[in-house]
Amino acid sequence: MSQDKDIPLAELRRAQPRFSGFEAGHRACLGCGEALAARLVTESAGPDVVYANATGCLEVFTTAWPESAWRVPWMHSLFANAAAIGAGMEAALKAQGRSTRVIAMGGDGGTFDIGFQALSGMLERGHNVLYVCYDNEAYMNTGIQRSSSTPHAAVTTTSPAGRERMGKRHLKKDIVSIVAAHHIPYAATASVAYPADLRKKVRRALAIDGPTFLHVHTPCPLGWGHDSALTIEIARLAVQTGLFPVIELERGGVAGVMPIREQRPVSDYLRLQNRFRHLFADDVRAREELEHLQALADHNIERYGLRPGHEADPLDTEGADTVKRGGVR
Amino acid sequence: MIEIRIHGRGGQGNVVAAYLLATAAFEAGRYGQAFPSFGAERRGAPVAAFVRIDAHPIRRRCQVRQPAFLIVQDEALLHVAGVLDGLPPGAGVLINSGREAEALTRVDGFDVVTLPATALASDILGRPVPNTALLAAFLALTGLLPQQALIAALAERFSGEILERNTRLIEQAAGRVPAGHWKDVRHAAGP
Amino acid sequence: MRQALEGSQAIARAVSLCKPQVVSAYPITPQTHIVENLSRLVADGELECELVSVESEFSAASVALGAVAAGSRAYTASSSQGILLMAEVLFNIAGLRMPLVLTCANRAVSAPLSIWNDQQDSMAVRDAGWIQLYCADNQEAVDTTIQAFRIAEQCELPVMVCVDGFTLTHTLEVLEMPEPEQVDAFLPPFRFARRLDPDKPLSVGTLVSPEYFTETRHDHHQALRDATDIIVQAQQEWLTISGRDSGGLLRQSGPADARTAILTLGSIAGTLEEAMEAHGTGAPARLIVLRAFRPFPDQALRDACQGLERLIVLERALSPGAGGIVGSEVRAALSALDRPPRVFNFAVGLGGRDVPLEIYPRLLDAVDAGRGSDFDILDLDPSKLPAEDA
Repeated sequence: MSQDKDIPLAELRRAQPRFSGFEAGHRACLGCGEALAARLVTESAGPDVVYANATGCLEVFTTAWPESAWRVPWMHSLFANAAAIGAGMEAALKAQGRSTRVIAMGGDGGTFDIGFQALSGMLERGHNVLYVCYDNEAYMNTGIQRSSSTPHAAVTTTSPAGRERMGKRHLKKDIVSIVAAHHIPYAATASVAYPADLRKKVRRALAIDGPTFLHVHTPCPLGWGHDSALTIEIARLAVQTGLFPVIELERGGVAGVMPIREQRPVSDYLRLQNRFRHLFADDVRAREELEHLQALADHNIERYGLRPGHEADPLDTEGADTVKRGGVR
Repeated sequence: MIEIRIHGRGGQGNVVAAYLLATAAFEAGRYGQAFPSFGAERRGAPVAAFVRIDAHPIRRRCQVRQPAFLIVQDEALLHVAGVLDGLPPGAGVLINSGREAEALTRVDGFDVVTLPATALASDILGRPVPNTALLAAFLALTGLLPQQALIAALAERFSGEILERNTRLIEQAAGRVPAGHWKDVRHAAGP
Repeated sequence: MRQALEGSQAIARAVSLCKPQVVSAYPITPQTHIVENLSRLVADGELECELVSVESEFSAASVALGAVAAGSRAYTASSSQGILLMAEVLFNIAGLRMPLVLTCANRAVSAPLSIWNDQQDSMAVRDAGWIQLYCADNQEAVDTTIQAFRIAEQCELPVMVCVDGFTLTHTLEVLEMPEPEQVDAFLPPFRFARRLDPDKPLSVGTLVSPEYFTETRHDHHQALRDATDIIVQAQQEWLTISGRDSGGLLRQSGPADARTAILTLGSIAGTLEEAMEAHGTGAPARLIVLRAFRPFPDQALRDACQGLERLIVLERALSPGAGGIVGSEVRAALSALDRPPRVFNFAVGLGGRDVPLEIYPRLLDAVDAGRGSDFDILDLDPSKLPAEDA
């Protein structure tokens, strides 16, 4: 981080056309969805934020000492405690009477699994913390092992496909519903394929007093086995198939959704990824799994009312916005 | 050093009684140490607490094994195994009971005094909590500390009418037992 | 002011005098009364702080860590299973060199389940990189708690104040509570140079490659070694203000010319001291009470053991398969002496077993009978063992 000694960093930052808390030059893989999402989050959140980061790819590829990609105050403690670290930071800032905001963040491992208890505690206690989960649907940092976020039938190194198995046997955990069940003011999902929507949700969450949660779908070319140039395309397909519904929940109720103008078959999404390659074999089980995944997508669309209906929704700007569907705000 | 063991039931204010007695010792310019029988206390279960009083700082932190005095908050506890353990012959045993000492069994060989502490507390405090009355009677029997020290200890927990009623209870309870009856009982506890 | 207080209440008040801005804890016997008393002080408006009642000890330590990183003075307390659930965070706090204070109300570690006192819990995390100070009585617990904040903030290291569960935490005794002005004069407001601040952003807790890791470990070790002077200095300054000596790195009592000494740590010290005095001049022995276990005061220990023929180490924990923990470290430290005393090592009072006044003659008899020359459990009752183990 280069810095002119005569000009305070805060002023330098204000002089920039757009604040960037996350610099280029980090060591993420080519086409990393998480790196992109983290940049969007820090840009949208602005400079007056303290970050708590769970162990995972993001922490590792941004900070091999003595280098750091972060231009914001940032701390990594452990894998399981990002939400609790964030809670402690928030308590301290409150005690000091400061208005600096806190963002805690982790991957799906640190959020859905090992850090889940600390997350639940932070939400229940009502800390003024935005928790961002970058979901790449497996333990990528340790080499692509299944997590509770890994989709049904996806192959990882601990859920391989073989004569007796068709990949992961269990469903992806519905984390946003679980989080929303804490009756927090705001929980939302977002995708790196829709940056404007993601930015807006970060700003909205930070404007709210109380715990908020943002679940960002971030493809991992290495772990999902897709072309690094296709990260955005794949993320978009996850939304357009209905496999990853983009929604907003206020106090547990659905308050906004991103409608799907034209639903794509799940095979369009799955076919581009090696982790689902076994589903396209000439095998009755493969066909069953494909049907199952299609049913899951259809269920999401039904559940959240993602079809735009016969008449074009004038508010449907797919890719730029979500559409209000009631809620308290 | 005087060592005292207090028996009661969980929820009866047994630990509070021990703390009050040690605090009263402090109020009278002595050193006091009080602690419960360590463990998970359940309402109604037999429990014990311990008090040491001395003119010098108390350094030992072992259990009280041979108390000079026993305060028993519920006469039915006399039938619980271990209640009279370690008590030297002639030791003073103060029992919360509406009966005369002679009517109580299992306490032969000890100097037993009874006090209807629950009834007194019900009358004066409106609550059947025997501990304060028993402590007042104990201080009257031993002359160990002035009653004022017990009132001062209570004043750290209560004020106003509750403190006033407790003070009345202390006077009443103290008057029910022979003053100075145990003043020569001393326990030379050592290694 | 002289008061009769329960240990936990006194510790809570001492913490309160240090004005922590964030207190975070999860209840566990026998630590509960400390946190309950702090909660009461907050509810009564006597302590102004963010009290975070978390869902686990893992989060209790993490919240305290986050709070210090964001620049606030923070405190937590735990025992036994709680200390072990925190263990990962404890190592992390120390490695990040975050100054915070934790009271460990010492308790045995399950299984078998025991809620009673020994020191297995804090001993289990002795390598976490914390300063560990053991208290012999509640006065020391009060004074050490206050010193702990000062030591932590000066060394940028966390301090664990170890207080025997129940034996101290649940015992009411007469002690001096410091005046707020005394504490204010001793403990300046917390100013943390590495605070996470948007105006000078730092990256804390980065990945460190083999190229640098060894040096960070060295620095951490060196900081702990250097802490010995700061512990002594804090103790001396507090002595000047309060008039009370809380034992520095270690303290000694008894005849200086004694050829036998007993070394222990924690609340056994008072019972032993009384027993040794009462025993008279029959077998003159000195008592050495270890206060600082981390950093391990090798030099102070060697100085204290000059001229001794026998040193009996009495501890309330053990390393199964090895023996005494403190004993092993004492033996190692004394091996640097030209004529080291013969070291006997016993565990005693495990899982809350009472340590009576008779401990002293029993200890001497055991040593005379040749026990403890390696390691023995002093108060083992062979009649309770299954036949095949007896």
